[in-house]
Amino acid sequence: MQGQRYEPFAHHFPLSQFLQQLLNGLFLGSIYALIALGYTMVYGVLRFINFAHGDVFMLGAFTGLYLHKLLGPMMAMMPWPVAMLVILLLAMIICAAAGILIEFLAYRPLRDKPRLNVLITAIGVSLLLEYTAQLVFGATQQPFPVIIPKGNIGGLGGLTVTITQVIVLVTAVVLMIALRFIVMKTKLGMAMRALSLNPTASALMGVNNSVVISFTFGLGSALAAAGGILYASLYPSIEPFMGVLPGLKAFVAAVLGGIGNIPGAALGGLIIGVTETLVAGYSDTLGIPSGYRDGVAFVILILILLFKPSGLLGKAEREKV
Amino acid sequence: MKHHTSHFALLLALAVSLGVSLCSSQLDDYYLDIMLNVGINVILAVSLNLVNGHTGQFSLGHAAFMAVGAYGSSMVTLEMGASMMRVLGGAGPVAESVTFLVALLVGGVSAAVCGWIVGMPSLRLRGDYLAIVTLGFNEIIRVVLQNTNGDGPFGGALGLKGIPAYTSFFWVFATAAIAIYTIGALVNSTYGRGFLAVRDDEIAGESMGINTTRYKVLAFVIGSFFAGLAGGLYAHLRTTISPEGFNFLKSVDVVVMVILGGMGSTVGVIVAAVVLTVLNEFLRDFEQYRMIVFSLLLIVMMIVRPQGLLPAGLFQRRKRA
Repeated sequence: MQGQRYEPFAHHFPLSQFLQQLLNGLFLGSIYALIALGYTMVYGVLRFINFAHGDVFMLGAFTGLYLHKLLGPMMAMMPWPVAMLVILLLAMIICAAAGILIEFLAYRPLRDKPRLNVLITAIGVSLLLEYTAQLVFGATQQPFPVIIPKGNIGGLGGLTVTITQVIVLVTAVVLMIALRFIVMKTKLGMAMRALSLNPTASALMGVNNSVVISFTFGLGSALAAAGGILYASLYPSIEPFMGVLPGLKAFVAAVLGGIGNIPGAALGGLIIGVTETLVAGYSDTLGIPSGYRDGVAFVILILILLFKPSGLLGKAEREKV
Repeated sequence: MKHHTSHFALLLALAVSLGVSLCSSQLDDYYLDIMLNVGINVILAVSLNLVNGHTGQFSLGHAAFMAVGAYGSSMVTLEMGASMMRVLGGAGPVAESVTFLVALLVGGVSAAVCGWIVGMPSLRLRGDYLAIVTLGFNEIIRVVLQNTNGDGPFGGALGLKGIPAYTSFFWVFATAAIAIYTIGALVNSTYGRGFLAVRDDEIAGESMGINTTRYKVLAFVIGSFFAGLAGGLYAHLRTTISPEGFNFLKSVDVVVMVILGGMGSTVGVIVAAVVLTVLNEFLRDFEQYRMIVFSLLLIVMMIVRPQGLLPAGLFQRRKRA
């Protein structure tokens, strides 16, 4: 599944092995960053953790799979970058609609209710998506189609970098720049920032909070869907519960960067991805089973909650009455 | 007056469970097994209710504390059982009971210690963090147990086998009675008002001089202790345990009991635990729909009737008059 992570002669070149792990971590981290952005944006406008976000990520991967099946003959005629872009954009639109629908049906009726109720609903939505997916798509692992051609990029010394990895990183960076543009330069983006600063004041200033919240959910879900397709291209085997662990790790990334802080989420995602890959790559030297890589994020979460709960880039927030 | 009634009820419950236990050989094995399952789930639900209901926090990792209790107590009976028996004057009902009691307490205390370690960093912050940290803890416990050495004391992914079947009707229902009594007495005491204050308005409670973190951690540690006891009982009932038995879904089962019964309503939670356990048993053929129904229940309950089917006020109105 993750063949390129252990290259055969790596231990002869410790520095190049380190660089290799660093790169692998960067690719994985860019996907975590995409998912983390959705958590942090929703937290920014609604002040709650959207547990179902990781499952929208799973939904994105499955949408990609079914789009590829559905459009198969057409895809074959197009050059692969176009085909990939078509699948990516369509899946993002479909999942954005799903995210908006989830918010409308499950979270909107609870807008003024205690936060605990919304949290429980979010867990319910998450389980509902997972088990419905299990019923519809089946519980077994399914191979994800090759939408990015296989092959290595040469001329990097001892380092192995696949085309898939490069495309993943480039797509993630482009999406993050696009998000930055939407949030900082457009009217809806300004409304989002206003809403996250003070919902009452933004409503008084003529912002339609409901529309902005729907938009935020759509934006976050679209990024999660893109993350799902990129993740499935890196690890091409998908199943209904694939979103649980990446979702949790991305949440940790959002907390690490400072929840509600958009650049923080991207930074947190990269840190989590790199740390996790390094721990797995050096598990022999560290003397721990490589299965513990999934625990890394939680250790980071506990540490950040103990020492800097506001996150690396977040500002400490006092609760007011 | 109230105190005498509850003391009397506790003694009665203990006596009845001892009585039934003595003639449990007369009962059909299948129904006895369901009854014991009901008892264990009642302990789990009532203890989670202290955290999620009375104190208004949200733990999603009750199964993890159950796992700690199950493994802790099984290690006592498996590794030290024989030598303890020898010290206590050879195998016999008394020596067995003492060994089992010690094992259960070791399991409960180790779960409580884990509860303290997990609760301390996360309970300083708002409720949502506890949900994520406990969810993560649930995963970590499973991953760590699965990655242990198969020949070691934890038995790796296959778990532990050949645990003595000490759990009887008396042990389960005596523990359940003690759990209900202890938690009920605690919540109704002056001290217990602190839990309710944390739930009702944390900021107001804090400004009245209540150390909210301390109350939250205390509730969480006590809840974990009883979950550990339930785990010990479960291990010595099933005689085999594996890490998979204590996954996230087990935690969700308990959460659904608490929410369906009504958060903070002991009677409601007990009724829900009994009904759901029995229903689960008879709906085994519909396993794949079970979680879909559960998740829909969570969402619908939060939107339509967040106080649960049998809310706390239902039984307290008469007392106030």
